[in-house]
Amino acid sequence: MAKTLFDKVWDSHVVRSVKDGPDVFFIDRHFIHEVTSPVAFLGLESRGNSVVYPERTFATADHNTPTINQHLPVADALSANQLDALERNAAKYGISHWGLGDKNNGIVHVVGPENGITLPGATIVCGDSHTSTHGAFGAIAFGIGTSEVEMVLSTQCIMQPKPKKMRINVNGKLGAGVTPKDVALYIISKQTTSGATGYFVEYAGDVFRDMSMEGRMTVCNLSIEMGARGGMIAPDQKTFEYIKGRALTPKGADWDKAMKYWETLHTDENAQFDEEFNYEASDIEPMITYGTNPGMGMGVTKSIPTAANVEGGAETYKKSLGYMSFNEGEAMIGKPIDFVFLGSCTNGRIEDFRAFCSIVDGRKKADNVTAWLVPGSHKVVDQIKAEGLDKIISDAGFELREPGCSACLAMNDDKIPAGKLSVSTSNRNFEGRQGPGSRTLLASPLVAAASAVEGVVTDPRTLLV
Amino acid sequence: MAYDKFEVLTSTAYPLPIENVDTDQIIPARFLKATERKDFDINFFRDWRYNADGTPKADFPLNKEIYAGSKILVGGRNFGSGSSREHAAWSVYDFGLRCVISSAFADIFKNNCLNVGVLPVQVSAAFADKLFDAIMADPKTEIKVDLPNQKVTLVATGETESFDINTYKKDNMLNGFDDIDYLKNMEEEITNFAERRPF
Repeated sequence: MAKTLFDKVWDSHVVRSVKDGPDVFFIDRHFIHEVTSPVAFLGLESRGNSVVYPERTFATADHNTPTINQHLPVADALSANQLDALERNAAKYGISHWGLGDKNNGIVHVVGPENGITLPGATIVCGDSHTSTHGAFGAIAFGIGTSEVEMVLSTQCIMQPKPKKMRINVNGKLGAGVTPKDVALYIISKQTTSGATGYFVEYAGDVFRDMSMEGRMTVCNLSIEMGARGGMIAPDQKTFEYIKGRALTPKGADWDKAMKYWETLHTDENAQFDEEFNYEASDIEPMITYGTNPGMGMGVTKSIPTAANVEGGAETYKKSLGYMSFNEGEAMIGKPIDFVFLGSCTNGRIEDFRAFCSIVDGRKKADNVTAWLVPGSHKVVDQIKAEGLDKIISDAGFELREPGCSACLAMNDDKIPAGKLSVSTSNRNFEGRQGPGSRTLLASPLVAAASAVEGVVTDPRTLLV
Repeated sequence: MAYDKFEVLTSTAYPLPIENVDTDQIIPARFLKATERKDFDINFFRDWRYNADGTPKADFPLNKEIYAGSKILVGGRNFGSGSSREHAAWSVYDFGLRCVISSAFADIFKNNCLNVGVLPVQVSAAFADKLFDAIMADPKTEIKVDLPNQKVTLVATGETESFDINTYKKDNMLNGFDDIDYLKNMEEEITNFAERRPF
């Protein structure tokens, strides 16, 4: 029978199907971080269980870490305690741990692929909803809760009903200044923040085929923002080239064997999806959000829709615009901004810093803007330096911080103050997401860069040579 | 972590007729720094319940005395979207709630609720509206959630709707079991499976 890519990977990981219940689903790779794992270890110990396959779990500190002075002790006692707990638990059970200062440290969804932990056809989970990022490699990857983290630690399985299948095709060629982030925000604006709930998405078509691995990661990362559990893209030559030779990818005969399997990982002709959507690349322009969920996005040159023209409740819509202090029908271009955040598991990779630099090169940061540039990992920092991007950044009046999740969720000190307007390359514009009372406009690194140098929301195409 | 069994629950309910309530609202990230699971009720809906100076917002439903002690929350469509933080489900439970009713739930939040002993009950949009209207008209409106028969009822009028839950999860809730109990009972099968994995 013709199968989808998702079916092939899912079905090969079902240990047992429970009658009128979930599948017992085997997990190849498990990432843990300091925020969602401590209670899982407590649960494990209170039941007298142990970690069954420590070599399948990887720990990194990222959510609650400072992005300056990482060589100093962490000042906040609660944060320090969480970081200690992660290190202690990893050591106790023989789990690899990349703590603060480790050369492999960084945001979990950046360091996984960098180190070859993320592989096509694998199942990958983490107590973090943006685990969907790893689907860029043709893996089934999704976020789980802490109870499930404990399940994986103590049994290497979770119990999951198989999601329905959706395919999203985007064909044609993207215009200048239109990035993978814009493609994702465009799709989410069409699907709304809940349109893909209950589904696992496969992205297909010219646009994803032409996209770099970094771009594919950005797109898959944002799958959760339309409610999908995850998204994936069939692995191709680009995928294999990206992973080959990385620290933990299979080598020699194991690689050859794996390649034989990986080459079968595509959706068969005539395979059935429960839902399918088609979009045109030429309809997508640089995007920006104006509300308090990622589905409230539009082309940067457009005006905020009126409540009468949106799906869903008018009350909720008005509450959202009220929080943002925006009005229906208002344009976003030219709005003065206070902060710019470049980073996160969505846009904290080398390509994002290259894009940012392509705009700020030879220009200056606007005086009214505070900018936080936070690379996704130490490897990204090294690459930024190797390419001389750090010089462009400092010449333009910006500075680089140290890796971590930072102002994406503002657990550490990187909080946007109440009322301030931030153009952010992260993934969520929820109320208070970047700090209590903060107001977030989600956008691409190009829009962020253009807005950072102009001091107002800016269409990056006006600054492209 | 074990939780109390769930069979039939009859209670008044907190109404929260707002769509797309995300888990950053249910519990903001800055309150996720604990390494133990306790007292997550304190910061449940922190920024919607309290002003910046710590005083309660009187008009927020969870602060209204007329609903105090309710064990059910009726929320707007797409309840629990966003972050996978189980802390959101813990804060629901720690606040004393055993059931959330909505016309649609985000997947991860729904799973997390089931894993911690909170029953997510998905009803039609029309029935959700009926519940909101009834609570607005009379804050003492009682709702009966009957898990064995998979029915939710407006006690005063007898209006009823059925809800879905798979047999496995239903048995877990009825008995206070969780998935780890199940998985640990099939350890050998999992070990055999793991040995066959190529990577």
